[in-house]
Amino acid sequence: MADSVFGPASSAAISVPAVHPRHSALIRLTHWLTVVAFFALLVSGVEVLLSHPRFYWGESGSVNDSPLFILPVPASRASVPTSYNYKLPDQNGWSRSLHFQSAWLFVATGLLYFSYGIFAAHFRRKLFPAREDLSWRALSVTLRQHLRRPSADHHSLWSYNLLQQLTYLSVVFVLVPLVIWTGLAMSPAVMSVFPLVVSALGGQQSARTIHFFVSILLLAFVLVHVVMIGLTGFRSRMRAMTLGNPASTDAVENTHA
Amino acid sequence: MHNPSRRQWLTAAGIGIAGTAAYVVGDRVAARAGLVPPDNVGFYGAGQTLTYAAQRLLTRNSMAREFKPEQISRKPFANPVAPLGDNYKRLASGGFVDWRLTVDGMVSRPMSFSLSDIRKFPESRQITHLACEEGWSYIAQWIGVPLFHILQAAGMSSSASHIVYRSFQPDWWESIDMADALHPQTLVSYGMNGGSLPIAFGGPLRLRVPRQLGYKSIKYLVHLTATDNIKSIGNGLGSFEPDSGYSWYAGI
Repeated sequence: MADSVFGPASSAAISVPAVHPRHSALIRLTHWLTVVAFFALLVSGVEVLLSHPRFYWGESGSVNDSPLFILPVPASRASVPTSYNYKLPDQNGWSRSLHFQSAWLFVATGLLYFSYGIFAAHFRRKLFPAREDLSWRALSVTLRQHLRRPSADHHSLWSYNLLQQLTYLSVVFVLVPLVIWTGLAMSPAVMSVFPLVVSALGGQQSARTIHFFVSILLLAFVLVHVVMIGLTGFRSRMRAMTLGNPASTDAVENTHA
Repeated sequence: MHNPSRRQWLTAAGIGIAGTAAYVVGDRVAARAGLVPPDNVGFYGAGQTLTYAAQRLLTRNSMAREFKPEQISRKPFANPVAPLGDNYKRLASGGFVDWRLTVDGMVSRPMSFSLSDIRKFPESRQITHLACEEGWSYIAQWIGVPLFHILQAAGMSSSASHIVYRSFQPDWWESIDMADALHPQTLVSYGMNGGSLPIAFGGPLRLRVPRQLGYKSIKYLVHLTATDNIKSIGNGLGSFEPDSGYSWYAGI
């Protein structure tokens, strides 16, 4: 795929993109597949969690063991003591099936995205910060701008700033691999083939606890991501992630119509 | 707007056709290799098959992790079961001397074993992890006979593909494929943590399948059936679990 030359600071760049969309077709496709998979994983994950909202550290743990912490929510099983005098309906069956089916979609989409990131140089061109941008000073400037007023200008529509780059990199290279790893580390069959997958984490219950916290971080990322889309121009950003480009009025577009 | 060119349409169509072909071929190959679970139906069929096929390819001969005696959970949790009924109570009050494990189906010698018959087979002990689908778990020592000894004694046919197993409790039934049925850690278990198997944990007999979640290790084992047509049994989904949405295969 040919590299586009528009850069974040170039004003001329704004007219170029109709040839090279803001988000390539593959990025848009994998984005929305991930949205579907993540939402299904979230809903089913919460359902599964409700059957035992207690967390432990180490290899094993049950209501007969002292927990690391207990979530203050009602449970869907009568055998779990909570401070509520009722239990929620048990929805574990379909939740587990949905969880693993969406996990397959999530992983397959992730692999597609990852190969694109490497082979089409998406990671290098869009996500890896330029060397000159990588400083605490640059980071604090971006951070302060963000906290004061999220940018909605053209420049921000066409590239990622340092804060975005670092956030996306930690999601793609740290949180997502970790949530998949800790998920697999709870599987008795996977453990039997790759015992190190679970022992490196300190045990099956530790894996479950880490899986929970990483999921919370991923959810926090999604919530902030959606709020930022809202604050910086919902319409243009949705347009960019669906049709490919933020605005419909670019002159260049007419040449393609 | 950027209109997709002719080339892009052709590429997309090519990917679509290749994907469909790969799916059809993959499905055939998986069925022939025994990588399709009996609950490969409905909306979640694809996920069930992917998980079973992927894990079975990896785990045909893998061994469940075993632990040190000091890692045994001090107070293992016994999930409550439905009331066991008068017939069970009568058997229990007689010390289970009248408990029988029936073996039938594709075997040359259909048999019925008492507990003392079962104890005559070579004993096996394992300290393994039992994880419930709810999220909790415990580590315990299990004492019993590898299932394959019993299947061998009954002369199981080599063309059997699954073992169906039933609890004393009505409608509680499960099945496993041969990779698990013949696995050395799959035990017909009569003891736990050095003693006999407590009633709350499935005494006097429980099938222990350590490479799958707890719900495959059903309590109060009374019946084993060898079959080469799992779809012909009961609901056709391999166990009673898919009726409430659970996977037949519980390696995850």
